[in-house]
Amino acid sequence: MKSIYFTLKYFAITLWSMFVIAPFLWALSTSFKDFNSVTGGATYIPWLQFEPSLEGWKVLVRSPAKGGVDIIEPYFNSIFVTCTASLISIMLGTLAAYALSRFTFKAGIIKNNDITFFFISQRIMPPIVLSIPFFLMLGFLGLLDSLFGLILVYIVLLMPIAVWIMVDFFNKVPKEIDETALIDGCNPYQAFIKVVIPNSIPGLIVAVLFCIIFGWIDFFFAFILTFTEVQLLPVKIVALNSSVTPWWSLSASALVSVAPLVVVAFIVERYLSKGNLSGALK
Amino acid sequence: MELVTDNLTFKPENEYFLNQVSLEFQAGKLYTILGRTLSGKTSLLKTIAGLQPIDSGSITFEGKDFGSIQVWKRNVAMVYQQFINYPHLNVFDNIAFPLKQRKIKPPELVNKVSSAIRKVGLDGFEKRKIHELSGGQQQRVALARSLVKKAKILLLDEPLVNLDYKLREDLRDEFKNIFSSDFSTNSILIYSSTDPLEAMQLNGDIIVIDEGRILQSGIAKDVFENPSNIRVSEVTNDPAMNIFNGTIESNKIFLNENIRFDVPVHLKAIQAGSYHFGIRASDMFLDTKGFDFNVEIAEISGSETYLHLNQDELNVVLLLEEVKNFNDQDNIKINFNLKKLYVFDEKGDLLFSPFNMN
Repeated sequence: MKSIYFTLKYFAITLWSMFVIAPFLWALSTSFKDFNSVTGGATYIPWLQFEPSLEGWKVLVRSPAKGGVDIIEPYFNSIFVTCTASLISIMLGTLAAYALSRFTFKAGIIKNNDITFFFISQRIMPPIVLSIPFFLMLGFLGLLDSLFGLILVYIVLLMPIAVWIMVDFFNKVPKEIDETALIDGCNPYQAFIKVVIPNSIPGLIVAVLFCIIFGWIDFFFAFILTFTEVQLLPVKIVALNSSVTPWWSLSASALVSVAPLVVVAFIVERYLSKGNLSGALK
Repeated sequence: MELVTDNLTFKPENEYFLNQVSLEFQAGKLYTILGRTLSGKTSLLKTIAGLQPIDSGSITFEGKDFGSIQVWKRNVAMVYQQFINYPHLNVFDNIAFPLKQRKIKPPELVNKVSSAIRKVGLDGFEKRKIHELSGGQQQRVALARSLVKKAKILLLDEPLVNLDYKLREDLRDEFKNIFSSDFSTNSILIYSSTDPLEAMQLNGDIIVIDEGRILQSGIAKDVFENPSNIRVSEVTNDPAMNIFNGTIESNKIFLNENIRFDVPVHLKAIQAGSYHFGIRASDMFLDTKGFDFNVEIAEISGSETYLHLNQDELNVVLLLEEVKNFNDQDNIKINFNLKKLYVFDEKGDLLFSPFNMN
């Protein structure tokens, strides 16, 4: 009975893993093909079925003057914008969430929950609703087609996520822990830094992860708010598409763009699987 | 070295958390705040710690206005009824936390923490995480953390209430030892409890609080023997004192049509009229010549039996100091130890107590 369960479990896991990994393998093999190998029917195994070529990868780092598509600058732009916006969102969002969790705000009929909902509602709207206001605002400020403008917009998009996750998490940290820290000689800022934050690390990690993912994968705002000066990776990748779709360099750039998330996921997974962090509070 | 609260009042919405609380605490003494759940015990402790605002009134400590000193600068320690520790730190670091806040450096720090750990009996647990400890051990950590500071005011908010019965007894004895050895003359110790027995065992001054108002304060024996009114008699007795509405006519006490008896000696001075009569559950006994009652519920608790009885509209709780089985609706005969009868006036204030009158 137990072995049947074991077999079924691993069968299911294997099946699902294949389903998830297959597209990546496909992209990987495609990235080493050239025009003939892609159009010549379905082939999977290099050297046996097709002759691998590095052309798809080389194009990505070759300067446009030599007929390449330089993704290095957009790549670093994307990293810079995502990290900066995430960092600011987490810092502001965590403070806002702590305030919403611990203090009572009241302005007429508006209370804490309404403020929290206001933050979340920023994510409920389809982003297209915000596109024109953002475009006009950045235009007015002279920040269109600039990294700074993008960072501002991304903070608007990412901070609600941080607030949402952290409010929920801080609510689970007993208020008495803050009070005890105050009694033990911490001022409110020390209590927050030394006691509340260390006990909210799993929540903080999840918030960071979500901010990075949502910042990194955004195409829409990167597309409408930039033109020529500044480009982010998702826009650049889509721009690769021309009259003849270069499947090989598209695949290569797709893999390159996924790589940072894979790295982040691995790091985060290590942290989250430390039982003493996720189960720190009863 | 004394803490004085003057007319503390806090009424955030419709109910009083604190209602004109004026008290004096002397260093070197143990005070037990006794009251039901939500009676204002925690509010009072939090106000002393500085964690809760007040609408009016003032707190003075050692002659200085305590209200203007922030929580983290007051020299207080507090243990909560929930086992509150820092989950991200191990036992040693938890206890060291308040000392590190005071910038106390390693040799002294380690000594102090180790001695606190020894005092609460947690040797060998220094490296454990909090969630690897039992409830009792977690509360010991919290106690050690509050002891290690040598605070001048130690607040204990029902520290034993979430522990099981046996552990509570053990820990209470340990608490008493720790307090008597460490807090002899330097500190004010304020302990809150819902359990009258615990308050009596701690044997300090008792402060009875109800709906945010101080009903009575004094040494344990006094409060027990002479509860100033009916509410105090309910709070300071478990089970609550039985209260009957009755009358006195021509030297007889009538509780209802069937139950009447002669006025006992200590009440001779009383005049005819209607009163509230009080008698403790333990001051009634089974008596074949007594009054008929029906058993509603009989519960055995340890070596005692609680009987919930009724006759017509009259409900009483009787405590037998033995284990005996009864069936529901059994008819039994009980009598009252009239020497222990209390009389309260119609407003509920104590008129006659069996203890102070002769």
